[in-house]
Amino acid sequence: MAAPTTLPSALADAVRDESSLRRFLHGLPGVDQVGVEQRAAGLGTRSIKKASKLHAIDLAISMVDLTTLEGADTPGKVRSLAAKARRPDPERPDVPQVAAVCVYPDMVKTAVDGLQGSGIGVASVATAFPSGRSTIDVKLADTRFAVEQGAAEVDMVIDRGAFLSGRYGLVFEEIVKVKEACGDAHLKVILETGELVTYDNVRRASWLALLAGGDFIKTSTGKVQPAATLPVTHVMLQAVRDWKTQTGELRGVKPAGGIRTTKDAIKYLVAVNEVAGPEWLDPHLFRFGASTLLNDLLMQRRTQLDGHYSGPDYVTVD
Amino acid sequence: MWEYAPAPESRAIANLKPNYRMFVDGEFVEGSGEPLKSINPGTEEVLAEVSTASKSDVDTAVTAARRAYDRVWSKMPGAERAKYIYRIARQIQERGRELAVLESLDNGKPIRESRDVDVPTAAAHFFYHAGWADKLSYAGYGPDPRPLGVAGQVIPWNFPLLMAAWKIAPALACGNTVVLKPAETTPLTALVLAEIIQQCELPPGVVNILPGAGDVGATLVEHPDVNKVAFTGSTEVGKIIQGNLAGTAKKLTLELGGKAANIVFDDAPLDQAVEGIVNGIFFNQGHVCCAGSRLLVQESVADELLEKLHARVSTLRVGDPLDKNTDVGAINSREQLTKIQELTESGEAEGAVRWTSSCPLPDKGFYFAPTVFSNVSQAMRIAREEIFGPVLSVLTFRTPEEAVAKANNTPYGLSAGVWTEKGSRILWMASKMRAGVVWSNTFNRFDPTAPFGGYQESGFGREGGRTGLEAYLDV
Amino acid sequence: MSDRISVAKTYKLYIGGAFPRSESGRSYPVTDTKGAFLANAAHGSRKDARDAVTAARKAFGPWSGATAYNRGQVLYRVAEVLEGRREQFTTEVAVSEGVAVKKAQSLVDTAIDRWVWYAGWTDKIAAVLGSSNPVAGPYFSFSTPEPTGVVAVLAPQQSSLLGLVSVIAPVIASGNTCVVITSQDRPLPAITLSEVMATSDLPGGVVNIITGHAAEIAPWLASHADVNALDLTGAPESLRADLERSAAGTVKRVLRIRPDEDFTREPDLSRLRAYLETKTVWHPMGV
Repeated sequence: MAAPTTLPSALADAVRDESSLRRFLHGLPGVDQVGVEQRAAGLGTRSIKKASKLHAIDLAISMVDLTTLEGADTPGKVRSLAAKARRPDPERPDVPQVAAVCVYPDMVKTAVDGLQGSGIGVASVATAFPSGRSTIDVKLADTRFAVEQGAAEVDMVIDRGAFLSGRYGLVFEEIVKVKEACGDAHLKVILETGELVTYDNVRRASWLALLAGGDFIKTSTGKVQPAATLPVTHVMLQAVRDWKTQTGELRGVKPAGGIRTTKDAIKYLVAVNEVAGPEWLDPHLFRFGASTLLNDLLMQRRTQLDGHYSGPDYVTVD
Repeated sequence: MWEYAPAPESRAIANLKPNYRMFVDGEFVEGSGEPLKSINPGTEEVLAEVSTASKSDVDTAVTAARRAYDRVWSKMPGAERAKYIYRIARQIQERGRELAVLESLDNGKPIRESRDVDVPTAAAHFFYHAGWADKLSYAGYGPDPRPLGVAGQVIPWNFPLLMAAWKIAPALACGNTVVLKPAETTPLTALVLAEIIQQCELPPGVVNILPGAGDVGATLVEHPDVNKVAFTGSTEVGKIIQGNLAGTAKKLTLELGGKAANIVFDDAPLDQAVEGIVNGIFFNQGHVCCAGSRLLVQESVADELLEKLHARVSTLRVGDPLDKNTDVGAINSREQLTKIQELTESGEAEGAVRWTSSCPLPDKGFYFAPTVFSNVSQAMRIAREEIFGPVLSVLTFRTPEEAVAKANNTPYGLSAGVWTEKGSRILWMASKMRAGVVWSNTFNRFDPTAPFGGYQESGFGREGGRTGLEAYLDV
Repeated sequence: MSDRISVAKTYKLYIGGAFPRSESGRSYPVTDTKGAFLANAAHGSRKDARDAVTAARKAFGPWSGATAYNRGQVLYRVAEVLEGRREQFTTEVAVSEGVAVKKAQSLVDTAIDRWVWYAGWTDKIAAVLGSSNPVAGPYFSFSTPEPTGVVAVLAPQQSSLLGLVSVIAPVIASGNTCVVITSQDRPLPAITLSEVMATSDLPGGVVNIITGHAAEIAPWLASHADVNALDLTGAPESLRADLERSAAGTVKRVLRIRPDEDFTREPDLSRLRAYLETKTVWHPMGV
């Protein structure tokens, strides 16, 4: 197995062959469910008010991967999403742009056109999203197509069947190959934590994806329940934090699916701040995969600035 | 950097009054002792003036308690006693926010803890014991276990309301009447509890609350008409009380100090272990008798764990107890702060390596930054004496036997923590710990259904659960 | 032919499974209730008590760590051997306590039955006094009784066998070990009991028996830092408060005298509970 980057010797050993990879992943410290959930709930009681709230809202907006991943998506919908990404709140030009627009591969071109000159990237799901059930050739072709269409970021799914049956080498190789196919595009590796079930699996899958070269680890496709949860994100933030300790490299985390309110988003930012560290409070290292979240952030932003509660008719529904 | 704006809970919620009086025979009355000033350790401001009891006030209160015992409480069917106790539980819940803010003001603990731990657990304690009042014949102490009479109870300043609940609830459930002395520095929530008790229309004299210093406590426990003494506090004072009660017929239970080992094996869930260590020693500023003040780490993970621990402790927010984002509040008193400072200095002098969080501390008030000592040996004072502050001593071990030997090598025996993913090792370790509570893969959990109390010099008797009833029954 | 001269027995201490003389070299005459000489008993000293505490501490780990079933078997075996010495005990109790043989017989029988009663408790205490605690959270919490440690027992002065058995059996049934100061004037059944223990699988050091004066030895046990609990049953009245005060120095569990204590009555659990700690263990429940 080929390590994608130059790894410290302990980690290079981990990816030498399938059995060392297994040993490494199974040697990671366990995660106590009750403990991590308690910690997540505890941090969730942080009270973020006033200027720190406004700052958090703008930060969260800048971290949104504005997403539409429906069979019924149309070029028109993608274009209006692109417009929303550029100016989330048309009446308030000081609102930051979102981080990216996330679409299916066939919509990448439309999104790229809509975002021309904005500096906002297009992220595309690929690799037989959301199930990942296809051959490696199809997955690589899917990836290459998205990148050719102009995707700056690729959100791949891992083969959960292979992972859960312990064929870690297969999952690893797939990620390595997709990463190659990405070229300069950033790779986000979707673990689909709702199907991994245990936090121990989430931790192992996180390390597997990091070892294989994923730039981001992402919780979910949004098509499986539960999608992103705070404690799962905690475990993934611990993984990138520990990755940095061991390699010096910064990798990102993207919770996706189910984060709908500003209150939720702020809990995630608190977790980023206190579990991974303030360094990660940056759209290059943390993203929200969301669609409805943005409007709530915008409404709450208005509430903060205007001093009274806003309503859904004062933000655009796309 | 993303700074959290201050998010203080409103002080007004505490309904702070300028004066508080003692509660005797159903009435709030002026005590004839020297009034004390309760201060806010977070700001060093005086919160209120509190009247204290004199010797004759103690006598009056014990007489009232005796009268209430003889005439009303011991004769009342358990089912009726239960309903009074349920009332108290409910009122604590209803006035939870007020009690939480008042507790944080008076004690210095973060509002997050008084709100999420102290007050709900206090309510739970009354709720749990209410149910026992009419079921004592099922408790395993014979068909009709009798109460003892008047209970004299002395509680510490670290969990003022919660300790009052731990003491009063089982006493009442078993049919005793109570004279309780809250700690000198934290009398306020106990007096609001008295207000609740009054509003619940408990018969006069069933519960009496007498603020004051140690001398009031001594007078109370030595009063000839007291049948039962319950004390939570230092081992030093516990020994004096036990000595003074020698030769009497008074039943005694003691919940004293501790120097708990928190043992982390190399296969532990490390991130949760770090949380458990932090919760174990920095919860309530380390003012916890069962605090995990001695961390024993297996050598092979010591460096990694210590690194993670320092990073985690650095994120602890120390400051205004009323700020909802505060993790570590104020040290309860200047006296305690001095004691902590003195012991930490001894740690440095004896050669331990000190690491202290660089968190900012408020200018006023009693604060101590979270501190971790590494390279600690068993012989050092910081490894043997109870610091009762946010100071952790880290020692290492190689084998499970060594961990057991070091953990048990103390005259105390209140609690212990064990962190490992291996089930059989947890049960083996739990059986080897000479401690009344063993938290495995968790720490500092409390519940009214779970008996709590120490081995050896950490005291005797249990609080909570069926076992805890024994302390208040003539069995 | 003349009557055979019997072999007189030397009554010694019982410490760590051995029968030493007192290190002090002292002995004292033991008489029946009318003053007739019966034997010389070893006059135990504070150093004998110290050695006994060391032996009891050493035995505590294995004895408390033995399975409850095993402790039950050993204690039941003690009862079996007691039964075999029924006649000897009857004689000793009769002369020691000045009661008729029939009465002595009944006291011995009750003592043996008492021992059997406690032997049966070893593997039931945890179920009766322990609990699974329904805490409000995702934890499994259970509480289990554990032995306190080394118990200093001041055996009753009057009831030389039944009383003695009634104070020793509950101590060791739950896994404690003990140092017993016998009745000063009626120590002979205690020595014979130690011979029973020595020949019935009870590990050395679990019970250590010292004959002598409680007034002389008890203060050393009450203040001994490696003693965890003190049974005042046989303490001289004038000394009780002092002993208790002294015991407070290391927060010992003290079992006070129960004025109404009648060893012929059916016992309850209170003597078992007196030397038990409750240990509560918590563990999270998760996947």
